[in-house]
Amino acid sequence: MNTSENLPDIAIHCESVSKNYGKIQALSNINFDVNRAEIFGIIGPDGAGKTTLFRILTTLILAESGTAAIDGFDVLKDYKEIRKRVGYMPGRFSLYQDLTVEENLEFFATVFNTTIEENYELVKDIYVQIEPFKKRRAGKLSGGMKQKLALSCALIHKPSVLFLDEPTTGVDPVSRKEFWGMLQKLREQGITILVSTPYMDEASLCDRIALIQNGQFLKIDTPENIVSQFDDVLWAAKSDNMHKLLEDLRKDEQVKSSFAFGDSIHVTVDNGQLTVDSLKKYLIEKGHKNIKIEAIEPTIEDCFMELSTTQI
Amino acid sequence: MRRAMETVIKVENLTKRFGNFTAVDNISFEVKRGEIFGFLGANGAGKTTAMRMLCGLSIPTEGKGTVAGYDIFKQPELIKKSIGYMSQKFSMYEDLKVWENLELFGGIYGMNDKVIKQKTDELMIKLNFEDERDKLVKSLPLGFKQKLAFSVSIFHQPQVVFLDEPTGGVDPITRRRFWEMIYDATAQGITVFVTTHYMDEAEYCDRVSIMVDGRIEALDSPDNLKKQFNAKNMDEVFQQLARKAKRVDS
Repeated sequence: MNTSENLPDIAIHCESVSKNYGKIQALSNINFDVNRAEIFGIIGPDGAGKTTLFRILTTLILAESGTAAIDGFDVLKDYKEIRKRVGYMPGRFSLYQDLTVEENLEFFATVFNTTIEENYELVKDIYVQIEPFKKRRAGKLSGGMKQKLALSCALIHKPSVLFLDEPTTGVDPVSRKEFWGMLQKLREQGITILVSTPYMDEASLCDRIALIQNGQFLKIDTPENIVSQFDDVLWAAKSDNMHKLLEDLRKDEQVKSSFAFGDSIHVTVDNGQLTVDSLKKYLIEKGHKNIKIEAIEPTIEDCFMELSTTQI
Repeated sequence: MRRAMETVIKVENLTKRFGNFTAVDNISFEVKRGEIFGFLGANGAGKTTAMRMLCGLSIPTEGKGTVAGYDIFKQPELIKKSIGYMSQKFSMYEDLKVWENLELFGGIYGMNDKVIKQKTDELMIKLNFEDERDKLVKSLPLGFKQKLAFSVSIFHQPQVVFLDEPTGGVDPITRRRFWEMIYDATAQGITVFVTTHYMDEAEYCDRVSIMVDGRIEALDSPDNLKKQFNAKNMDEVFQQLARKAKRVDS
């Protein structure tokens, strides 16, 4: 990619994109734009359509209907140009297992007509962490190291837009935090990042997010705005017997939903329906001790659950 | 707290070396019947190696231990019969129907046909799965598969079930419903040994151990661990411990 060229402000444009596999509607009418040098998160569970969306935007499969463009290039007409300018890290890290760390990076550089030396600055911070193992075959690396190598390989041709499909799935919380630190640095260098994740706590690390379920976007906004649009009253409840507390909360008809959330139970109530005091009274009648109920700020996970249609 | 305090898993100074690499370094702990024991650690900390030894799949280099009353050195085959196992990959036969999977796994564990049939009927009602009974597993939504995989893993009423990141990738509501099934299982006296990367789930365990570089660096109830590390949640506890790791994640 030539850094001096004038890139449009919209890095990814996606309009009315739908895709089905036989009877299964994988994506229904997806619309969104990603701004230049933005980290945009696609957040949702397995099977929601995240990978299908990534494959359409990286020109690997065709949408049934709708249009999409990367850096202003159409996914249909200009697919060759798009493939030159995007970096794609698929869910299962498509590394060559029988090539060494070094050989993998060199291979990806060569495919894109460049060299490791030419763009080393961009991958340096990430690559130095795996460089001590550069003679090791990729198949023999741990999950965390594969992830770093795959990111290096996706970056070595200096893409303008980076597509990361579940880069942190199955990765421990410490490594996940480090990985997001790397993404922030890449954004500072002007790279646009579309990243998908099933971990709701990663949403707050994105500039904007789309919550996706069953092939549909439930919401697109900044994490802060999504949280501020939470409609219900939200409380965190605790008592000496958390299992029974969950059962009793579900028996109360004025309680809309109740789910375990770390060390407390999050309870949603329709605005103006129930008061903390009356719920406390009900729980005391049920025999609970040391009851604590407090109003709390929702997390993205609370928002997802409120918007979610899955009730199994 | 649960009444019975019988020990189901007991290991002392358990160690596993591969060449000169010590994957699991002298770990000791006990798990009581009906307990939910969370087994946490960063990638490469040694969790999988430790779990393989507990499941009778790998013989330790040193130490001693029993699972479900059987010796992990001498009686691995008896251990395998007494435990259940479920991983994130679910490992059910996708091209078999729901009831066929239950019959197959029940048969492997030596249950007789009559018991299998009766327990299948009960399970279909309990899970509200009667319409899915004759469907191929591959046609089920992820949340259904996960419920079924867990039900298969405890179908033979094992003493302890090992759950290896059972909730990866599922939506937040399904994830919580799954934990409600775990509580149900413990109410039947099944002991649950679970690994997870979701730190909120660490809070749902009775006790949690955190492995760093092959050793257990902390082991207590979530409340006590938070006090001990002066942390507001389990994620902070985990971050404090796992950042001390010296072993290169390899």
